[in-house]
Amino acid sequence: MANDIELHGAGQVVLDLIETINENRAYLSEIDGAIGDGDHGINMSKGFTQCRDALLAAPQPPGLAESFDTLAMTLLDGIGGSMGPLYGSIFMAFGEKLAGHERMDARLFGDALAQAVDAVHTVGEAKVGDKTLMDTLVPARDAYLASLAAGADFSAALAAMVAAAETGWQTTRALQARVGRAARLGERSIGALDAGATSSFLLLRTLASSLHSRLQ
Amino acid sequence: MNRVINDPDRVVEDMLKGILRAHPELKAAADNARVISRRTAPQAGKVGIVTGGGSGHEPAFLGYVGENLVDAVAVGEIFSSPTAKSFFGAMQAADGGAGVACLYGNYAGDNMNVKMAIKMAERAGMSVRTVVANDDVASAAKGDEAKRRGVAGEILMWKTAAACAAHGATLDEVIAVAQKTIQRTRSIGIGLSSCTIPAVGKANFSIADGQMEVGIGHHGEPGIEVSDIVPATQMAKAMVDAVLEDLPFARGDRVAVLISGLGATPLMEQYILYASVAELLAEAGVTVAVPLVGNFFTSLEMMGVTLSVLQLDDELEALMRHPCSAIGLTVGAAQG
Repeated sequence: MANDIELHGAGQVVLDLIETINENRAYLSEIDGAIGDGDHGINMSKGFTQCRDALLAAPQPPGLAESFDTLAMTLLDGIGGSMGPLYGSIFMAFGEKLAGHERMDARLFGDALAQAVDAVHTVGEAKVGDKTLMDTLVPARDAYLASLAAGADFSAALAAMVAAAETGWQTTRALQARVGRAARLGERSIGALDAGATSSFLLLRTLASSLHSRLQ
Repeated sequence: MNRVINDPDRVVEDMLKGILRAHPELKAAADNARVISRRTAPQAGKVGIVTGGGSGHEPAFLGYVGENLVDAVAVGEIFSSPTAKSFFGAMQAADGGAGVACLYGNYAGDNMNVKMAIKMAERAGMSVRTVVANDDVASAAKGDEAKRRGVAGEILMWKTAAACAAHGATLDEVIAVAQKTIQRTRSIGIGLSSCTIPAVGKANFSIADGQMEVGIGHHGEPGIEVSDIVPATQMAKAMVDAVLEDLPFARGDRVAVLISGLGATPLMEQYILYASVAELLAEAGVTVAVPLVGNFFTSLEMMGVTLSVLQLDDELEALMRHPCSAIGLTVGAAQG
């Protein structure tokens, strides 16, 4: 098993993320409909599909850093409200961190993941426990970095990241929304999963499996 | 609901078509229909004034694009922040090389999209500074002003900052004036009925017939209290009391007063309210140097009113009186 990934030929990773969002379009809107305005899947799919069109129109398949950057810019262009800047900042951080590198090892991915979570925190100002995508992202980052520090290889650290992301995502069901539009519902927001935490779990899971397949 | 629309999903696009046809002094950005600017923008050497926000508040935000007012706005969906690219596009449209002041209201989506837009602007080598309006006293307690929403007081901030920029001030000077204006402005609203986003089709929130909500936000955010409707004199008293004690305003102050209808309250009722407001301010020893009454910042067809009061000093009073011309606000004889 390899311990790093060649980035120029890895643009497909972003196409995999796009496919995940499109496959879950109805599911994400259904989750959002319980306590939000029910448009999360539609909005996300709209933005991610614009990115796919841009990536496929490129004369040469873009590398992973460029693909993340294209995803960030199309989300910032295509989705207003809160999800455009939140996901835009995540993928912009990945693009920035990977830019200029030929290969990505476990440490570089950890740096990119940490910068992405910092970026979304700066933009959104939500904390763990507020019933947002931070409830998925923060434990995922912490588990990845802890696993790496404990001596795990890239694949094992990715697996730890996904497991923690799933646990964190599931905690949002019992939480009361404190930020975002669902905060208006107060206690009535308890009992439903958060849509942003759901989409970020699905994206991290696909990101891990797509990277993992390139380490084989 | 009976409406003058075509497709509920395209009301913003259709409105923009009409705005551009009726106002040749405005233009849309070539690559982004959600960026509207003065046809003459950017103006070389002048600090650009930018704002933006969700649609449904007309004439805010795009109605304040004009001579000696806002240079460019980002236009969002109804009650939803414009995209980061649109805010960035507005910054580009307004940038005459002296920097851009982005003056907007304190809402989560707008904060996020402006932050991302600033990141794009920095990449492009532009200099952008922001002031975030937080004039709504009902939206968070005193001492927690950073959490307060921005409402109609934003208009006063655009007015003074834009006049300052028109005099050739630097970006830092324009930002200081915007900051001073919003720090000395306090607002409060009373809602009498809800509103419906056309594409959603059901009311955004509810206010029972015969009731009013004091402190309601521009999107139906909960206020301070729901009570039976009272006469306009008592509404005025509740609003003036809340605003005056918060700053606090003092005997001898000169102020600008802005009363805005929320969309479906007739101008007649707004002036009925203003009569009481002016009387109460006079009793408190506060002189109204600049009165503004009209539909300046609405929320679709909500019934209700907002009151904003700005504590003037010599600088701010002169800037408020400086001529300007736009759909939403005209003062004096504007110079081209």
